[in-house]
Amino acid sequence: MAPKKPTKKSPSKASETKSILKRKPVKADAPGSFTLDDDKSAYREMLLIRRFEEKAGQMYGMGLIGGFCHLYIGQEAIIVGLMGAARKGDQIVTGYRDHGHMLACGMDAKGVMAELTGRAGGYSKGKGGSMHMFSIEKTFYGGHGIVGAQVPIGTGLGFANKYRGNENVALAFFGDGAANQGQVYESFNMAELWSLPVIYVIENNQYAMGTSVARASAQTNLSKRGVSFNIPGEQVDGMDVRAVRAAGAKAMEWCRAGKGPYILEMETYRYRGHSMSDPAKYRAKEEVTKMRQEHDPIEQVRVRLLDAGVTEDELKTIDKDIRAIVAEAAEFAQSSPEPDPSELWTDVIAPLSVAGA
Amino acid sequence: MATNILMPALSPTMEEGTLTKWLVKEGDDVRSGDVIAEIETDKATMEVEAVDEGKIVKLVVAAGTENVKVNEVIAVIAGEGESETVSAPEVAAPAIEKPIVTEKVTKVETSQVVVAADPDFPAGTTFKSQSVREALRDAMAEEMRRDDTVFVMGEEVAEYQGAYKVTQGLLEEFGPRRVVDTPITEHGFAGLGVGAAFAGLRPIIEFMTFNFAMQAIDHIINSAAKTRYMSGGQMASPIVFRGPNGPASRVGAQHSQDYASWYAHIPGLIVIAPYSAADAKGLLKAAIRDPNPVIFLENEILYGKTFDVPEIDDHVLPIGKARVLKEGRDVTLVSHSHGLVYCLEAAEQLAAEGIDAEIIDLRTLRPLDIDTIVASVKKTNRLVTVEETWPVCGIGAEIAASVQAKAFDYLDAPILRVTQKDVPMPYAANLEKLALPSAADVVEAVKAVCYR
Repeated sequence: MAPKKPTKKSPSKASETKSILKRKPVKADAPGSFTLDDDKSAYREMLLIRRFEEKAGQMYGMGLIGGFCHLYIGQEAIIVGLMGAARKGDQIVTGYRDHGHMLACGMDAKGVMAELTGRAGGYSKGKGGSMHMFSIEKTFYGGHGIVGAQVPIGTGLGFANKYRGNENVALAFFGDGAANQGQVYESFNMAELWSLPVIYVIENNQYAMGTSVARASAQTNLSKRGVSFNIPGEQVDGMDVRAVRAAGAKAMEWCRAGKGPYILEMETYRYRGHSMSDPAKYRAKEEVTKMRQEHDPIEQVRVRLLDAGVTEDELKTIDKDIRAIVAEAAEFAQSSPEPDPSELWTDVIAPLSVAGA
Repeated sequence: MATNILMPALSPTMEEGTLTKWLVKEGDDVRSGDVIAEIETDKATMEVEAVDEGKIVKLVVAAGTENVKVNEVIAVIAGEGESETVSAPEVAAPAIEKPIVTEKVTKVETSQVVVAADPDFPAGTTFKSQSVREALRDAMAEEMRRDDTVFVMGEEVAEYQGAYKVTQGLLEEFGPRRVVDTPITEHGFAGLGVGAAFAGLRPIIEFMTFNFAMQAIDHIINSAAKTRYMSGGQMASPIVFRGPNGPASRVGAQHSQDYASWYAHIPGLIVIAPYSAADAKGLLKAAIRDPNPVIFLENEILYGKTFDVPEIDDHVLPIGKARVLKEGRDVTLVSHSHGLVYCLEAAEQLAAEGIDAEIIDLRTLRPLDIDTIVASVKKTNRLVTVEETWPVCGIGAEIAASVQAKAFDYLDAPILRVTQKDVPMPYAANLEKLALPSAADVVEAVKAVCYR
């Protein structure tokens, strides 16, 4: 008898799209807990990220931004929803797709954009670039270009919270690609072992660069990745800011109660390529269009606001404000001077505490 | 025939230990595997088992005896039917219990070379004799007492008291909050340490050896060393990565590598590699206080060596400053860490042949105190570098490049490098010896540059 041919087919683009859309997100908290004002402020914050990223894309195309530039368009509800649940002093650390996180942390759009253009007015004086910005004041700890590195770093931020006995929580954001890095699991183990207040936010935008989750992950339900460490995890509709905030609040409560880490897998989608130089040929155009039309995080809030009686004019005013902020940032990013040549040699090391003669 | 029980080695680098107590007495019958004695070093305690059946006819070394050399006969067992009155053999029978351990003869205390007084110590300073291991522990303990943000993390640092006993007693004094045993997770706990440092704590991350730090090197370089620059000076990572580095003894290629030049290559890092206990203490205290990420390279063979350590309340030494260990006229030897052992031994031999060598202990490899080297070369006009790293792109290569640029006209001979041979470390005793630098290599290089 001839051996039976394997029937399992490699997943096609179409079936992947289907699997993304058929997933059932957890229910958002009761509509009453997300007020009209919450929706307004979420709309504003998400729109700022959207417009900022669109402008960054344009400026990249004009040659004003160099190197790698990874846009957050489509994923805005995640950072905005979680910041809606966070307290002052909670720390944020993420990978290289970091502009949205910085804006949501309250960092100045001018400083972020000027860093993208490599100018002295940038958050890192032009020496860091898109992937490397920090703000101690806003407890934003980067901006890390090595996939997965932010996970142990975020675990260390949580370790410091526990060491000091404060009630802050560290949020470490990483993608579905980074979720396959070994250091993620080293971190999970230590965080649960020592009950560290860390929330691991997996932003599953379905593609690690050009490789879909199905092609890279044996277990595609990434919220289960903490099971063998006894870390609770859940899948969340990362396109719905209400669901994100509710899940975040629950996870933060868990951490602040001293119960250890928590995993939130945010089901999301990036509309643009992995970076500006990615034509995104690995997925069908229809998949992107469908996600934009049916699941867009900003459009969802817009519809709710209109249903609640907010006028188009009111929304246009918000839109206008945001465009002004972004235009000002773009202007600043082009008018701010390049760093002084002497800056080449600064900030390599701090003056030695006990320096030699 | 009588069987000798020999003093065993607890580690590849152990040279001697204390015979704490006998669990048998003369006349007792023992069987193979019976525990007959306990021995200890400053690092560990171990039980000694009988290796043969028979009657204990002689306990050669009394209980409580210190400094019993490895492979020394400590007891004699007589086999069945053999005379019970066999006296301890004058000529030791072949050692069948343990492979003969090739010990490095370091002769630190017995060297005839007079080491210069450290100009950093004020006149009248009193000293106590202390091992490098104890000095490192005291440095950590003192800094942990003065600053609550300092903590130690690593494999076996707490309950086991340190794989090499460097953290001995710290758990007892500071508790598990500040002395943290980790899983075997170098990449993870190095990154966790960097995150804690970003948050303003001052972690001391112990690697069981720097061989395992290759698992963590991404965080050391990409996360710790580069962040100050990438953040425009906003972020600091005040963290110390420490542990034994370089060849130990008979542990093979994967456990015998010197990483000095790897880390010294990286802007944003401070790299320290002390030789003496006094420097180990003073520089580790400085490293812990420093706002920069510091790589602190220790040496397993030096851990047990004793030196004079100043009895000063707060003995902190400057980072980035070399020390002239011995002044000389004819040639400059530059080395660090265990490389100084070869230099001191070589200097003694060279002195006997009328060559007066100056010895510089770099102590810090980044920033490198090139001025002290250049000043010496201007005096001696000859330079030999000594290190246990491989030659290619090593510390010696860096020094040679800098010295020829700064003191070209003062050189009377090419600069020569004494290094580990350019091969992975072999296991076989004879090959390992050949692979390592030696005092003989140093003597040969010095004679070459002196045209003798």
